[in-house]
Amino acid sequence: MSETEARKLATEARDRVRFEEEALELADQVYRVARRLVGTRDEAEDLVQETYARAFRSWRSYSPGTNLRAWLLRILTNLNIDRGRRRQRAPDTQPLEEGDYYLYNRLEEAGRDGGSDQEAVVERLSQDDVVAALSTVPHDFRDVVVLVDIGDFSYADAAQILDIPVGTVMSRLHRGRRILKRELAAHAVGGAE
Amino acid sequence: MTLDPFGPDPCEKCEELMQPFLDRVLDERERLEAEQHLAQCGYCRRRYRFEESLRVFVRSAATETMPPELRRKLAALRTPLD
Repeated sequence: MSETEARKLATEARDRVRFEEEALELADQVYRVARRLVGTRDEAEDLVQETYARAFRSWRSYSPGTNLRAWLLRILTNLNIDRGRRRQRAPDTQPLEEGDYYLYNRLEEAGRDGGSDQEAVVERLSQDDVVAALSTVPHDFRDVVVLVDIGDFSYADAAQILDIPVGTVMSRLHRGRRILKRELAAHAVGGAE
Repeated sequence: MTLDPFGPDPCEKCEELMQPFLDRVLDERERLEAEQHLAQCGYCRRRYRFEESLRVFVRSAATETMPPELRRKLAALRTPLD
């Protein structure tokens, strides 16, 4: 092997090690999103492992300096769809969601202590309410809500990850949050009237 | 009395603007109109504050820590050094 080739190989090995280390540092954040995109912990673990296996194989297609977390999440969401998650075709056929004040109004009505400051009203919700309500939000909406509100991705990153226009991210986020709040109301204080 | 910029049903309009307001994507004019309405409407103000608290609560409630054994499994997927 020539000296040039040896140097090239050494550089590549160093880049690969750096890539793998940076990717592993993001594993907590990747898992956090994965866990809410799928139904069970086992599914989330499988999905994250498959994502990392693929990322480590195709590390050369990542452009250093770009958003690695978004790159990993793009692999993950594609795998999740490939795994048989059927894309829900017509989000517009979802039932009309309630307005944005609906959840507050329901929780306030249900409060027995008469207090209505926003902290007291939020305390009427439990962690289980949130997890259960989120799992019932249809996939197309949930993907966006999870990426933006739980994964802390920008609209633009979410659009890139899901390969949809930013305008679609915004409308799905808006409706997804409303659906989430309707479901939260149903879980926390009983079904919609 | 201050004139409400949102017209005959200001709270309905304010409800429509809540999400983009909290996401900070409203244009300047709409943001100022929302702020003007919120300054004089406790009903909407309580609901906006609730939404802010709700977002924080949802994020923390929906966050699950990665199991330590998964971290080990991921590390094992790394390319072995020659």
